[in-house]
Amino acid sequence: MVRKAKDVTIAELERPHSAPTPRTLESKPRPSDRVFRAIVGVGGFSSLTILGLIAGYLFFRGYSILRSESLSFITGYEWVSSINSDGSEGAQPSTYGVGAMLIGTLVTAVIALVIGVPVSVFAALYLTFFAPQRVKKILVTVVDLMAAFPSILFGLWGLYVLMEPGMYVAELLNKYLGWIPIFAVPVPVFLRSPFIAGLVLAVMIIPIVTAISREIFAQTPLDRIQAAYALGASKWAMIKNVAFPYSYSGVVGGAMLGLGRAMGETVAVFTVLNILYQANFKILLGAGGNLASHIILKFGEASEEEIKALMAAGFVLFLMTLAVNMIANVIVSKTGRRGR
Amino acid sequence: MTTIKTVAPIRPWRPTKRDYTLQIAIIIGSLVASYLLVANTGFEGRLSLVIFFGFFAVVALAILSGLRRGKEAAKDAVMAGAAYTGIFALLLPVVSMLWTVISRGTAAIYDGFFTTDMSQDPFSSPLDAGGIKHALIGTLWLIAIALIISVPLGILTALYLTEIKGPGSALIRFLVQAMSGIPSIVAGLFIYSALISGTGRGFSGFMGALALSILMIPTVARTAEEVLKLVPAEYREAGLALGATQWKTVALVVIPAAKSGLVTAVILGVARIAGETAPLLFTTGGADNTNLNPLDGNMGTIPFYIWKALIDGSPEAASRAWAGIFILMLAVLSLFALARFLSRASIVK
Repeated sequence: MVRKAKDVTIAELERPHSAPTPRTLESKPRPSDRVFRAIVGVGGFSSLTILGLIAGYLFFRGYSILRSESLSFITGYEWVSSINSDGSEGAQPSTYGVGAMLIGTLVTAVIALVIGVPVSVFAALYLTFFAPQRVKKILVTVVDLMAAFPSILFGLWGLYVLMEPGMYVAELLNKYLGWIPIFAVPVPVFLRSPFIAGLVLAVMIIPIVTAISREIFAQTPLDRIQAAYALGASKWAMIKNVAFPYSYSGVVGGAMLGLGRAMGETVAVFTVLNILYQANFKILLGAGGNLASHIILKFGEASEEEIKALMAAGFVLFLMTLAVNMIANVIVSKTGRRGR
Repeated sequence: MTTIKTVAPIRPWRPTKRDYTLQIAIIIGSLVASYLLVANTGFEGRLSLVIFFGFFAVVALAILSGLRRGKEAAKDAVMAGAAYTGIFALLLPVVSMLWTVISRGTAAIYDGFFTTDMSQDPFSSPLDAGGIKHALIGTLWLIAIALIISVPLGILTALYLTEIKGPGSALIRFLVQAMSGIPSIVAGLFIYSALISGTGRGFSGFMGALALSILMIPTVARTAEEVLKLVPAEYREAGLALGATQWKTVALVVIPAAKSGLVTAVILGVARIAGETAPLLFTTGGADNTNLNPLDGNMGTIPFYIWKALIDGSPEAASRAWAGIFILMLAVLSLFALARFLSRASIVK
């Protein structure tokens, strides 16, 4: 059926019609949005503010000590507070140097890395390339859960459960590798040593290093994995030649995040280690400490001036861990972006 | 009529019966060998038995695959063994910790454990007196205050990063990440140096909550950002196309769409701070009596209770410490399960 065209008169066509008034379009946000953006902006910058306040206050409170000790606050091996309780100066001048505890921090953190990182990397390899899907899901949850365990649990567990097997391993190390200076001990007592603190820290950093390594391994491009298999590679050959080169730097970043966590750990180290203010490289000897545990130890009976020194120590700890974390995050996020 | 011969599909990659027999033989062989080794040498303990069993099994498997398929296969077997060892070494402490908490955590729990505090009894007193009422109240107060402070700040940070994408977004994302790694002791020390030391104000629950907020904000912000990123851009565009202002779009479209995920973020934040001990040592004072006012006076918390029991050192105090960690772990585990449950319910349908 053909539709007839409607008859339109000329007059109708020529009738002037009013053009619609143009809508005004604004790109400017409305008042309500401006308020919203201001509130969100203030909230968004809260983390910046908090970090600035932390750095500022700790520096401000510790400034007098940092100034009088200057570099020897970092390099000094002595922590003597000789202010008496009545406020008078003691016989010996006070000196504050955190050098020995910085060494202790590094020693325990390095032990943690040496033990924890291989375990984490292999566990992450298992989770990415070996585990059946269902097992993997459960284990990933377990790793996340382990990361949420409170640090005092690690301390208690280290003291009451890990101490004994740890001492047994320390004994074996001393017996067979005692000729290496770091495994030597003057008396065969292995209780509360930096080695055991390092073991506890290793267990503490395993979840975070595993989680990050697993994420990085999982981003290995699938086509390259399949190309390796198609060329006849065994699973290990594929991991060595495809997964490792691809994810190497990301795993290093994950290990550094672990390092940051190990350096700042307080309660677990305080619980298992015999805190003594000395630079101890003999890792099986029961003496040492780290910066954080030193702060806790001295805080209880500190004089006004020593508190300032502790604030300065906290400032050093804050800067150290912040720097390690920042570098680690940059490395991890760069690796993560590369594959996609 | 011709008969069609069907050929059963072969799967050459499947292990044969012979392979299974060999594997079982290797397992039994390494069990026997490790048992003999531990029984006859200076090594002792169940753990060394397990370690030697793993060692023998991996070596035997490596030799077997080396003989059958060459050097590369042997290397592959060793590395597979290393991967299994890695996951075993990860799970061993988890299982050990959970087992110890369960087996030792109930000794100090009796009828009055939740209804009495430690003001009358020292930590070394017998286990039928004293309890954690004060610590429970304190921890609940601290979590409540930390929630009030850090949930808005954390979610606003996430909104800034996902909705406004304003200047400095990259910097803030970077700082939030770095902030989630600062040692908890620094948070406590900061609150002490800024608000307690030299101001005339004493320790209180509120100060502890402030310190915990510093640790909770980055957790909430990071998780919330991940969740908000999952809300499709179409939702926002639809809201704007209907003439809604941006804040109405966020409040009525984006946030409801991401609701369960945001709740998960908050729960993970609470799980993060519930067991923090170090910052509380500088801020709460850790009372043994029940203090209902978080703004004034020392306040006990569960982590501080565990800490005091640990310092005390007597066997009864140790039992109390394990009981405290038992309660804490129950809370952390149930929070975690809740978060899993909520995040499984998909965020955007």
